[in-house]
Amino acid sequence: MILGMIVGNVWLDALIRLGGVALLVPLYMIIITWTERKVIGRLQMRLGPMRVGPYGTLQGLADTIKLLTKEDLRPTTADRWVFELAPFAIVVPVIMALVALPFTADILIRNLTLGLFYIVALQGVSIVGFVMAGWGSDNKYALIGAARAAAQLISYEVPFILSILAVAMVASSLDIGVIVGMQGDTPLIAYLPLAFVIFVIAGLAELYRQPFDIPVAESEVVGGPFVEYSGIRWSMFQLGEFVSMVLISILGSLIFLGGWQWPVGGDVPVVVQIALMAVKTSAFILFFIWMRASLPRLRIDQMMAYCWQLLLPFAFLQIIINGLVLAYDWPHWTMTIMSLVALGAFVYVTNRAARQSGVTYQPSAASAQRVGSVL
Amino acid sequence: MSPEEGIFYVVAGITVIGALGVVLARNVVHSALFLILSLLAVAGVFVLLAAEFLAIVQVLVYGGAVTILVLFAMMLTRVRDMPRALNGPQWPLAAVAAGMIGGISIVAVLDTEWPGETDEATVVSIEEIGNLLFTNWAIPFEIASLVLIVALLGAIILARGEEGE
Repeated sequence: MILGMIVGNVWLDALIRLGGVALLVPLYMIIITWTERKVIGRLQMRLGPMRVGPYGTLQGLADTIKLLTKEDLRPTTADRWVFELAPFAIVVPVIMALVALPFTADILIRNLTLGLFYIVALQGVSIVGFVMAGWGSDNKYALIGAARAAAQLISYEVPFILSILAVAMVASSLDIGVIVGMQGDTPLIAYLPLAFVIFVIAGLAELYRQPFDIPVAESEVVGGPFVEYSGIRWSMFQLGEFVSMVLISILGSLIFLGGWQWPVGGDVPVVVQIALMAVKTSAFILFFIWMRASLPRLRIDQMMAYCWQLLLPFAFLQIIINGLVLAYDWPHWTMTIMSLVALGAFVYVTNRAARQSGVTYQPSAASAQRVGSVL
Repeated sequence: MSPEEGIFYVVAGITVIGALGVVLARNVVHSALFLILSLLAVAGVFVLLAAEFLAIVQVLVYGGAVTILVLFAMMLTRVRDMPRALNGPQWPLAAVAAGMIGGISIVAVLDTEWPGETDEATVVSIEEIGNLLFTNWAIPFEIASLVLIVALLGAIILARGEEGE
Protein backbone atom coordinates (compact mmCIF):
# COMPACT_ATOMS: atom_id res chain seq x y z
CA MET A 1 0.00 0.00 0.00
CA ILE A 2 2.83 2.33 0.90
CA LEU A 3 4.51 1.44 -2.38
CA GLY A 4 1.32 2.29 -4.27
CA MET A 5 1.11 5.61 -2.48
CA ILE A 6 4.71 6.40 -3.37
CA VAL A 7 4.31 5.55 -7.04
CA GLY A 8 1.05 7.48 -7.15
CA ASN A 9 2.48 10.67 -5.73
CA VAL A 10 4.72 12.46 -8.23
CA TRP A 11 6.62 14.47 -5.64
CA LEU A 12 7.39 11.50 -3.38
CA ASP A 13 8.38 9.43 -6.39
CA ALA A 14 10.80 12.08 -7.62
CA LEU A 15 12.15 12.60 -4.10
CA ILE A 16 12.92 8.91 -3.62
CA ARG A 17 14.54 8.51 -7.03
CA LEU A 18 16.73 11.56 -6.52
CA GLY A 19 17.46 10.55 -2.91
CA GLY A 20 18.74 7.20 -4.15
CA VAL A 21 21.21 8.94 -6.43
CA ALA A 22 22.23 11.45 -3.77
CA LEU A 23 23.00 8.65 -1.30
CA LEU A 24 24.83 6.33 -3.68
CA VAL A 25 27.03 8.98 -5.26
CA PRO A 26 29.06 10.07 -2.18
CA LEU A 27 29.48 6.44 -1.17
CA TYR A 28 30.85 5.64 -4.58
CA MET A 29 33.08 8.67 -4.43
CA ILE A 30 34.74 7.39 -1.25
CA ILE A 31 35.49 4.06 -2.93
CA ILE A 32 36.81 5.63 -6.09
CA THR A 33 39.08 8.09 -4.27
CA TRP A 34 40.70 5.20 -2.45
CA THR A 35 41.04 3.21 -5.70
CA GLU A 36 42.65 6.12 -7.49
CA ARG A 37 45.20 6.77 -4.75
CA LYS A 38 45.99 3.08 -4.47
CA VAL A 39 46.33 2.48 -8.23
CA ILE A 40 48.45 5.58 -8.78
CA GLY A 41 50.57 4.56 -5.80
CA ARG A 42 51.20 1.14 -7.28
CA LEU A 43 51.94 2.61 -10.72
CA GLN A 44 54.57 4.85 -9.12
CA MET A 45 56.01 1.93 -7.10
CA ARG A 46 54.58 3.19 -3.82
CA LEU A 47 52.11 1.46 -1.56
CA GLY A 48 49.51 4.21 -1.52
CA PRO A 49 47.42 4.72 1.64
CA MET A 50 48.20 1.97 4.17
CA ARG A 51 47.58 3.39 7.63
CA VAL A 52 43.82 3.69 8.12
CA GLY A 53 42.17 0.26 8.13
CA PRO A 54 43.47 -2.85 6.38
CA TYR A 55 45.40 -1.80 3.24
CA GLY A 56 44.20 1.74 3.85
CA THR A 57 40.61 0.88 2.93
CA LEU A 58 39.17 3.32 5.46
CA GLN A 59 41.31 6.19 4.15
CA GLY A 60 38.41 7.52 2.04
CA LEU A 61 36.14 7.61 5.08
CA ALA A 62 38.77 9.40 7.13
CA ASP A 63 39.29 11.95 4.36
CA THR A 64 35.55 12.54 4.14
CA ILE A 65 35.30 13.23 7.86
CA LYS A 66 38.27 15.58 7.60
CA LEU A 67 36.76 17.50 4.71
CA LEU A 68 33.33 17.78 6.30
CA THR A 69 34.68 19.15 9.55
CA LYS A 70 37.17 21.53 7.98
CA GLU A 71 36.44 25.24 8.14
CA ASP A 72 34.60 26.58 5.12
CA LEU A 73 36.65 29.64 4.20
CA ARG A 74 35.66 32.49 1.94
CA PRO A 75 38.03 35.28 0.88
CA THR A 76 36.74 38.68 2.01
CA THR A 77 37.02 40.12 -1.51
CA ALA A 78 35.18 37.20 -3.10
CA ASP A 79 31.79 37.76 -4.67
CA ARG A 80 29.71 36.11 -1.97
CA TRP A 81 26.83 34.48 -3.86
CA VAL A 82 28.75 33.54 -6.98
CA PHE A 83 31.48 32.01 -4.83
CA GLU A 84 29.11 30.01 -2.66
CA LEU A 85 26.80 28.80 -5.41
CA ALA A 86 29.54 27.73 -7.83
CA PRO A 87 30.03 24.21 -6.36
CA PHE A 88 26.29 23.58 -6.74
CA ALA A 89 26.36 24.74 -10.35
CA ILE A 90 28.93 22.04 -10.99
CA VAL A 91 27.43 19.16 -9.04
CA VAL A 92 23.71 19.57 -9.74
CA PRO A 93 23.82 19.24 -13.57
CA VAL A 94 26.08 16.20 -13.38
CA ILE A 95 23.80 14.45 -10.91
CA MET A 96 20.79 15.40 -13.03
CA ALA A 97 22.51 13.79 -16.01
CA LEU A 98 23.10 10.66 -13.93
CA VAL A 99 19.35 10.37 -13.43
CA ALA A 100 18.78 9.49 -17.09
CA LEU A 101 21.54 6.90 -17.24
CA PRO A 102 20.40 3.25 -17.08
CA PHE A 103 22.83 0.87 -15.40
CA THR A 104 21.16 -2.38 -16.40
CA ALA A 105 17.89 -3.21 -18.16
CA ASP A 106 15.97 -2.86 -14.89
CA ILE A 107 18.18 -0.78 -12.61
CA LEU A 108 17.51 2.72 -13.80
CA ILE A 109 15.95 5.89 -12.53
CA ARG A 110 14.39 7.22 -15.70
CA ASN A 111 14.96 6.14 -19.28
CA LEU A 112 14.25 9.01 -21.66
CA THR A 113 13.63 8.77 -25.39
CA LEU A 114 16.17 11.52 -25.87
CA GLY A 115 18.39 10.23 -23.05
CA LEU A 116 21.71 10.39 -24.88
CA PHE A 117 21.14 13.99 -25.94
CA TYR A 118 19.91 14.96 -22.47
CA ILE A 119 23.03 13.59 -20.78
CA VAL A 120 25.39 15.36 -23.18
CA ALA A 121 23.54 18.66 -22.79
CA LEU A 122 23.54 18.62 -18.99
CA GLN A 123 27.11 17.47 -18.78
CA GLY A 124 28.10 20.65 -20.60
CA VAL A 125 26.25 22.96 -18.20
CA SER A 126 28.74 22.37 -15.37
CA ILE A 127 31.22 24.64 -17.15
CA VAL A 128 29.15 27.56 -15.86
CA GLY A 129 30.08 26.43 -12.35
CA PHE A 130 33.79 26.49 -13.20
CA VAL A 131 33.53 30.01 -14.60
CA MET A 132 31.51 31.11 -11.56
CA ALA A 133 34.13 29.68 -9.20
CA GLY A 134 36.97 31.29 -11.11
CA TRP A 135 35.36 34.69 -11.31
CA GLY A 136 33.79 34.70 -7.87
CA SER A 137 37.00 33.84 -6.02
CA ASP A 138 38.62 37.15 -7.00
CA ASN A 139 41.91 35.38 -7.49
CA LYS A 140 43.97 35.68 -10.65
CA TYR A 141 44.95 32.02 -10.73
CA ALA A 142 41.34 30.97 -10.32
CA LEU A 143 40.29 33.34 -13.09
CA ILE A 144 42.94 32.08 -15.50
CA GLY A 145 41.98 28.52 -14.63
CA ALA A 146 38.32 29.27 -15.33
CA ALA A 147 39.13 30.85 -18.69
CA ARG A 148 41.21 27.81 -19.59
CA ALA A 149 38.47 25.46 -18.45
CA ALA A 150 35.89 27.27 -20.57
CA ALA A 151 38.11 27.22 -23.64
CA GLN A 152 38.91 23.55 -23.20
CA LEU A 153 35.40 22.33 -22.47
CA ILE A 154 33.77 24.26 -25.26
CA SER A 155 36.37 23.00 -27.75
CA TYR A 156 36.32 19.36 -26.75
CA GLU A 157 32.56 19.24 -26.46
CA VAL A 158 32.36 19.37 -30.26
CA PRO A 159 34.30 16.15 -31.08
CA PHE A 160 32.71 14.54 -28.00
CA ILE A 161 29.20 15.20 -29.27
CA LEU A 162 30.14 14.23 -32.84
CA SER A 163 31.47 10.86 -31.69
CA ILE A 164 28.21 10.26 -29.83
CA LEU A 165 26.33 11.41 -32.92
CA ALA A 166 28.10 8.66 -34.88
CA VAL A 167 26.61 6.15 -32.44
CA ALA A 168 23.17 7.70 -32.77
CA MET A 169 23.41 7.46 -36.58
CA VAL A 170 24.10 3.74 -36.56
CA ALA A 171 21.57 3.00 -33.83
CA SER A 172 19.07 5.48 -35.33
CA SER A 173 17.89 6.30 -31.84
CA LEU A 174 18.79 8.52 -28.89
CA ASP A 175 17.21 6.16 -26.38
CA ILE A 176 20.05 4.47 -24.49
CA GLY A 177 17.92 1.39 -23.85
CA VAL A 178 17.31 1.00 -27.59
CA ILE A 179 20.99 1.62 -28.40
CA VAL A 180 22.06 -1.15 -26.01
CA GLY A 181 19.32 -3.39 -27.37
CA MET A 182 20.35 -3.01 -31.01
CA GLN A 183 23.99 -3.86 -30.30
CA GLY A 184 23.11 -7.52 -29.63
CA ASP A 185 26.18 -9.63 -30.30
CA THR A 186 28.34 -6.95 -31.97
CA PRO A 187 29.01 -3.89 -29.83
CA LEU A 188 29.27 -0.59 -31.67
CA ILE A 189 33.01 -0.32 -31.03
CA ALA A 190 33.36 -2.97 -33.75
CA TYR A 191 31.73 -0.67 -36.31
CA LEU A 192 33.03 2.66 -35.02
CA PRO A 193 36.56 2.22 -33.63
CA LEU A 194 37.49 5.76 -34.65
CA ALA A 195 34.47 7.27 -32.90
CA PHE A 196 35.33 5.26 -29.78
CA VAL A 197 38.88 6.59 -29.64
CA ILE A 198 37.65 10.15 -30.17
CA PHE A 199 35.04 9.62 -27.44
CA VAL A 200 37.67 8.48 -24.94
CA ILE A 201 40.13 11.28 -25.73
CA ALA A 202 37.49 14.02 -25.72
CA GLY A 203 36.01 12.50 -22.56
CA LEU A 204 39.41 12.70 -20.90
CA ALA A 205 39.57 16.38 -21.85
CA GLU A 206 36.06 17.06 -20.56
CA LEU A 207 37.07 15.60 -17.21
CA TYR A 208 40.16 17.85 -16.99
CA ARG A 209 42.31 14.83 -16.29
CA GLN A 210 45.88 14.30 -17.38
CA PRO A 211 47.11 14.96 -20.01
CA PHE A 212 44.32 17.56 -20.30
CA ASP A 213 44.52 18.99 -16.78
CA ILE A 214 45.62 22.40 -18.03
CA PRO A 215 42.76 24.32 -16.29
CA VAL A 216 43.48 22.74 -12.90
CA ALA A 217 47.25 22.39 -13.22
CA GLU A 218 48.85 22.80 -9.81
CA SER A 219 52.25 23.90 -11.08
CA GLU A 220 50.77 26.56 -13.40
CA VAL A 221 47.56 27.93 -11.89
CA VAL A 222 47.74 26.46 -8.36
CA GLY A 223 44.72 24.23 -8.82
CA GLY A 224 42.73 26.57 -11.04
CA PRO A 225 39.11 27.57 -10.33
CA PHE A 226 38.98 26.01 -6.87
CA VAL A 227 42.17 27.44 -5.42
CA GLU A 228 40.22 29.45 -2.83
CA TYR A 229 37.86 26.69 -1.75
CA SER A 230 38.22 24.51 1.31
CA GLY A 231 36.27 21.98 3.32
CA ILE A 232 32.89 20.89 2.08
CA ARG A 233 32.76 23.18 -0.95
CA TRP A 234 36.10 21.92 -2.16
CA SER A 235 34.90 18.35 -1.77
CA MET A 236 31.87 19.23 -3.90
CA PHE A 237 34.20 20.08 -6.78
CA GLN A 238 35.88 16.75 -6.20
CA LEU A 239 32.46 15.09 -6.17
CA GLY A 240 31.52 16.73 -9.45
CA GLU A 241 34.73 15.54 -11.04
CA PHE A 242 34.28 11.95 -9.91
CA VAL A 243 30.61 11.79 -10.83
CA SER A 244 31.50 13.10 -14.30
CA MET A 245 34.11 10.38 -14.59
CA VAL A 246 31.61 7.70 -13.61
CA LEU A 247 29.05 9.23 -15.96
CA ILE A 248 31.35 9.14 -18.98
CA SER A 249 32.53 5.64 -18.06
CA ILE A 250 29.00 4.26 -17.81
CA LEU A 251 27.99 6.10 -20.98
CA GLY A 252 30.97 4.68 -22.87
CA SER A 253 30.25 1.13 -21.75
CA LEU A 254 26.60 1.51 -22.72
CA ILE A 255 26.95 3.01 -26.18
CA PHE A 256 30.24 1.50 -27.38
CA LEU A 257 30.78 -1.71 -25.44
CA GLY A 258 27.30 -3.21 -25.63
CA GLY A 259 26.18 -2.29 -22.12
CA TRP A 260 24.57 -5.07 -20.11
CA GLN A 261 24.11 -7.41 -23.12
CA TRP A 262 27.31 -8.10 -24.96
CA PRO A 263 28.85 -10.73 -24.95
CA VAL A 264 26.31 -12.95 -23.20
CA GLY A 265 23.04 -11.76 -24.74
CA GLY A 266 20.06 -10.05 -23.17
CA ASP A 267 18.39 -12.93 -21.31
CA VAL A 268 20.73 -13.20 -18.37
CA PRO A 269 19.93 -12.68 -14.69
CA VAL A 270 20.33 -9.22 -13.22
CA VAL A 271 23.43 -10.25 -11.29
CA VAL A 272 25.29 -11.05 -14.52
CA GLN A 273 24.14 -7.75 -16.07
CA ILE A 274 25.43 -5.82 -13.07
CA ALA A 275 28.72 -7.71 -13.18
CA LEU A 276 29.12 -6.99 -16.90
CA MET A 277 28.45 -3.30 -16.46
CA ALA A 278 30.71 -3.12 -13.40
CA VAL A 279 33.58 -4.69 -15.34
CA LYS A 280 33.18 -2.39 -18.35
CA THR A 281 32.74 0.77 -16.28
CA SER A 282 35.70 -0.10 -14.07
CA ALA A 283 37.81 -0.68 -17.15
CA PHE A 284 37.07 2.88 -18.27
CA ILE A 285 37.79 4.31 -14.82
CA LEU A 286 41.03 2.37 -14.46
CA PHE A 287 42.05 3.55 -17.92
CA PHE A 288 41.47 7.17 -16.88
CA ILE A 289 43.53 6.64 -13.71
CA TRP A 290 46.26 4.91 -15.70
CA MET A 291 46.45 7.86 -18.11
CA ARG A 292 46.79 10.18 -15.14
CA ALA A 293 49.83 8.30 -13.91
CA SER A 294 51.53 7.94 -17.29
CA LEU A 295 51.07 11.01 -19.46
CA PRO A 296 52.63 14.44 -18.96
CA ARG A 297 50.49 17.55 -19.24
CA LEU A 298 49.94 19.15 -22.66
CA ARG A 299 50.67 22.79 -23.30
CA ILE A 300 47.60 24.92 -23.93
CA ASP A 301 48.37 25.57 -27.61
CA GLN A 302 48.98 21.85 -28.14
CA MET A 303 45.66 21.08 -26.47
CA MET A 304 43.75 23.54 -28.67
CA ALA A 305 45.51 22.51 -31.88
CA TYR A 306 44.92 18.84 -31.13
CA CYS A 307 41.19 19.40 -30.77
CA TRP A 308 40.57 21.63 -33.77
CA GLN A 309 43.15 20.27 -36.20
CA LEU A 310 42.98 16.56 -35.42
CA LEU A 311 40.03 15.37 -33.36
CA LEU A 312 37.41 17.47 -35.11
CA PRO A 313 38.31 16.61 -38.75
CA PHE A 314 38.52 12.92 -37.88
CA ALA A 315 35.20 13.09 -36.05
CA PHE A 316 33.68 14.56 -39.22
CA LEU A 317 35.35 11.79 -41.23
CA GLN A 318 33.61 9.20 -39.06
CA ILE A 319 30.26 10.94 -39.62
CA ILE A 320 30.86 10.98 -43.40
CA ILE A 321 31.79 7.27 -43.38
CA ASN A 322 28.61 6.51 -41.43
CA GLY A 323 26.55 8.61 -43.83
CA LEU A 324 27.94 6.81 -46.90
CA VAL A 325 27.39 3.35 -45.48
CA LEU A 326 23.94 4.05 -44.11
CA ALA A 327 22.66 6.02 -47.11
CA TYR A 328 23.73 3.44 -49.70
CA ASP A 329 22.84 0.47 -47.48
CA TRP A 330 26.29 -1.03 -47.71
CA PRO A 331 26.93 -3.88 -45.29
CA HIS A 332 28.05 -2.76 -41.84
CA TRP A 333 31.49 -4.36 -42.08
CA THR A 334 32.49 -1.79 -44.71
CA MET A 335 32.03 0.80 -41.96
CA THR A 336 34.42 -1.15 -39.75
CA ILE A 337 37.09 -1.24 -42.46
CA MET A 338 36.82 2.45 -43.35
CA SER A 339 36.77 3.47 -39.70
CA LEU A 340 39.84 1.33 -38.98
CA VAL A 341 41.75 2.87 -41.88
CA ALA A 342 40.81 6.34 -40.64
CA LEU A 343 41.87 5.34 -37.13
CA GLY A 344 45.23 4.26 -38.50
CA ALA A 345 45.68 7.64 -40.14
CA PHE A 346 44.60 9.35 -36.91
CA VAL A 347 47.15 7.44 -34.82
CA TYR A 348 49.86 8.16 -37.40
CA VAL A 349 49.21 11.92 -37.42
CA THR A 350 48.95 12.07 -33.61
CA ASN A 351 52.17 10.18 -33.26
CA ARG A 352 53.97 12.44 -35.73
CA ALA A 353 52.68 15.58 -34.02
CA ALA A 354 53.68 14.27 -30.60
CA ARG A 355 57.21 13.63 -31.79
CA GLN A 356 57.93 16.96 -33.38
CA SER A 357 56.01 19.77 -31.69
CA GLY A 358 58.17 20.18 -28.59
CA VAL A 359 61.25 20.80 -30.69
CA THR A 360 59.97 23.10 -33.40
CA TYR A 361 57.52 25.29 -31.50
CA GLN A 362 58.66 28.93 -31.55
CA PRO A 363 55.94 31.38 -30.59
CA SER A 364 56.08 34.40 -32.89
CA ALA A 365 55.80 37.84 -31.37
CA ALA A 366 52.45 38.41 -33.05
CA SER A 367 50.88 35.17 -31.85
CA ALA A 368 52.01 35.84 -28.30
CA GLN A 369 50.05 39.08 -28.36
CA ARG A 370 46.80 37.47 -29.46
CA VAL A 371 44.04 37.35 -26.90
CA GLY A 372 43.95 33.56 -26.71
CA SER A 373 47.58 33.33 -25.75
CA VAL A 374 47.05 34.81 -22.30
CA LEU A 375 45.32 31.58 -21.34
CA MET B 1 -3.48 22.13 -8.30
CA SER B 2 -2.00 19.35 -10.38
CA PRO B 3 1.75 18.67 -10.14
CA GLU B 4 2.23 19.99 -13.68
CA GLU B 5 0.62 23.26 -12.70
CA GLY B 6 2.77 23.49 -9.59
CA ILE B 7 5.93 22.86 -11.57
CA PHE B 8 4.83 25.41 -14.15
CA TYR B 9 4.44 28.14 -11.55
CA VAL B 10 7.83 27.34 -10.00
CA VAL B 11 9.55 27.34 -13.40
CA ALA B 12 7.75 30.44 -14.61
CA GLY B 13 8.64 32.20 -11.36
CA ILE B 14 12.32 31.36 -11.82
CA THR B 15 12.16 32.60 -15.41
CA VAL B 16 10.76 35.96 -14.30
CA ILE B 17 13.17 36.30 -11.39
CA GLY B 18 16.08 35.49 -13.67
CA ALA B 19 14.93 37.96 -16.30
CA LEU B 20 14.49 40.71 -13.71
CA GLY B 21 17.93 39.90 -12.37
CA VAL B 22 19.48 40.37 -15.82
CA VAL B 23 18.10 43.88 -15.99
CA LEU B 24 18.45 44.95 -12.37
CA ALA B 25 21.83 43.49 -11.43
CA ARG B 26 24.50 46.16 -11.26
CA ASN B 27 27.27 43.74 -12.09
CA VAL B 28 27.57 42.55 -15.67
CA VAL B 29 28.72 39.06 -14.68
CA HIS B 30 25.75 38.74 -12.34
CA SER B 31 23.51 39.73 -15.24
CA ALA B 32 24.99 36.98 -17.39
CA LEU B 33 24.50 34.43 -14.62
CA PHE B 34 20.89 35.51 -14.12
CA LEU B 35 20.46 35.11 -17.86
CA ILE B 36 21.41 31.44 -17.73
CA LEU B 37 19.02 30.92 -14.81
CA SER B 38 16.23 32.41 -16.87
CA LEU B 39 17.12 30.45 -20.01
CA LEU B 40 17.33 27.15 -18.13
CA ALA B 41 13.94 27.82 -16.60
CA VAL B 42 12.57 28.43 -20.10
CA ALA B 43 13.87 24.94 -20.94
CA GLY B 44 11.66 23.75 -18.08
CA VAL B 45 8.66 25.46 -19.70
CA PHE B 46 9.48 23.68 -22.96
CA VAL B 47 9.49 20.33 -21.14
CA LEU B 48 6.03 21.07 -19.77
CA LEU B 49 4.89 21.88 -23.31
CA ALA B 50 6.07 18.38 -24.39
CA ALA B 51 8.80 19.94 -26.56
CA GLU B 52 11.62 17.92 -25.03
CA PHE B 53 13.98 18.25 -27.96
CA LEU B 54 13.71 22.02 -27.88
CA ALA B 55 14.31 22.00 -24.12
CA ILE B 56 17.52 20.01 -24.43
CA VAL B 57 18.77 22.17 -27.29
CA GLN B 58 18.09 25.20 -25.11
CA VAL B 59 20.24 23.78 -22.31
CA LEU B 60 23.03 22.64 -24.63
CA VAL B 61 23.27 25.87 -26.61
CA TYR B 62 22.86 28.41 -23.84
CA GLY B 63 25.08 26.60 -21.34
CA GLY B 64 28.02 27.26 -23.65
CA ALA B 65 26.77 30.58 -24.97
CA VAL B 66 26.39 32.19 -21.56
CA THR B 67 29.82 30.96 -20.54
CA ILE B 68 31.25 32.78 -23.53
CA LEU B 69 29.22 35.84 -22.56
CA VAL B 70 30.68 35.79 -19.05
CA LEU B 71 34.16 35.49 -20.53
CA PHE B 72 33.52 38.52 -22.73
CA ALA B 73 32.23 40.42 -19.72
CA MET B 74 35.39 39.56 -17.83
CA MET B 75 37.69 40.47 -20.70
CA LEU B 76 36.04 43.63 -21.97
CA THR B 77 34.86 45.36 -18.83
CA ARG B 78 36.36 46.34 -15.56
CA VAL B 79 33.62 45.35 -13.19
CA ARG B 80 34.90 47.23 -10.17
CA ASP B 81 34.73 50.52 -12.04
CA MET B 82 31.00 50.34 -12.51
CA PRO B 83 29.19 50.39 -9.20
CA ARG B 84 26.92 53.23 -10.30
CA ALA B 85 24.09 52.97 -12.80
CA LEU B 86 24.94 53.83 -16.37
CA ASN B 87 22.45 56.52 -17.35
CA GLY B 88 23.03 58.13 -20.74
CA PRO B 89 21.24 61.22 -22.02
CA GLN B 90 18.98 59.00 -24.15
CA TRP B 91 17.29 57.30 -21.23
CA PRO B 92 13.83 58.87 -21.80
CA LEU B 93 13.82 57.56 -25.39
CA ALA B 94 14.87 54.13 -24.20
CA ALA B 95 12.14 54.18 -21.57
CA VAL B 96 9.50 55.06 -24.18
CA ALA B 97 10.67 52.30 -26.54
CA ALA B 98 10.81 49.69 -23.79
CA GLY B 99 7.45 50.79 -22.43
CA MET B 100 5.85 50.52 -25.87
CA ILE B 101 7.21 47.03 -26.48
CA GLY B 102 6.05 45.99 -23.03
CA GLY B 103 2.61 47.53 -23.60
CA ILE B 104 2.18 45.84 -26.98
CA SER B 105 3.14 42.46 -25.49
CA ILE B 106 0.65 42.86 -22.63
CA VAL B 107 -2.15 43.96 -24.99
CA ALA B 108 -1.36 41.06 -27.33
CA VAL B 109 -1.46 38.54 -24.49
CA LEU B 110 -4.74 39.89 -23.10
CA ASP B 111 -6.34 40.15 -26.53
CA THR B 112 -5.59 36.64 -27.74
CA GLU B 113 -8.29 33.98 -27.65
CA TRP B 114 -6.42 31.22 -25.82
CA PRO B 115 -7.67 27.73 -26.61
CA GLY B 116 -8.97 26.40 -23.28
CA GLU B 117 -8.72 22.75 -22.39
CA THR B 118 -6.65 20.78 -24.86
CA ASP B 119 -6.47 17.05 -25.35
CA GLU B 120 -3.44 15.05 -24.34
CA ALA B 121 -0.41 16.83 -25.79
CA THR B 122 1.28 14.90 -28.58
CA VAL B 123 5.02 14.62 -28.37
CA VAL B 124 6.61 15.25 -31.74
CA SER B 125 9.22 12.57 -32.27
CA ILE B 126 12.79 13.52 -33.11
CA GLU B 127 12.52 11.60 -36.41
CA GLU B 128 9.73 13.91 -37.50
CA ILE B 129 11.73 16.99 -36.52
CA GLY B 130 14.70 15.71 -38.49
CA ASN B 131 12.62 14.94 -41.57
CA LEU B 132 10.97 18.36 -41.55
CA LEU B 133 14.28 20.13 -41.00
CA PHE B 134 15.86 18.51 -44.04
CA THR B 135 12.82 18.64 -46.37
CA ASN B 136 10.34 21.47 -45.77
CA TRP B 137 12.68 23.76 -43.89
CA ALA B 138 15.95 22.90 -45.60
CA ILE B 139 16.46 26.42 -47.03
CA PRO B 140 16.03 28.34 -43.73
CA PHE B 141 18.21 25.72 -42.06
CA GLU B 142 20.97 26.22 -44.60
CA ILE B 143 20.64 30.01 -44.41
CA ALA B 144 21.08 29.86 -40.65
CA SER B 145 24.29 27.88 -41.04
CA LEU B 146 25.47 30.29 -43.74
CA VAL B 147 25.02 33.22 -41.35
CA LEU B 148 27.03 31.36 -38.73
CA ILE B 149 29.84 30.69 -41.23
CA VAL B 150 29.95 34.39 -42.12
CA ALA B 151 30.22 35.28 -38.44
CA LEU B 152 32.94 32.68 -37.96
CA LEU B 153 34.95 33.96 -40.92
CA GLY B 154 34.59 37.51 -39.63
CA ALA B 155 35.93 36.44 -36.25
CA ILE B 156 38.91 34.71 -37.84
CA ILE B 157 39.73 37.74 -40.01
CA LEU B 158 39.48 40.07 -37.00
CA ALA B 159 41.70 37.83 -34.90
CA ARG B 160 44.26 37.28 -37.66
CA GLY B 161 44.29 40.86 -38.92
CA GLU B 162 47.40 42.02 -37.11
CA GLU B 163 49.49 39.13 -38.29
CA GLY B 164 48.93 39.86 -41.97
CA GLU B 165 51.07 42.96 -41.95
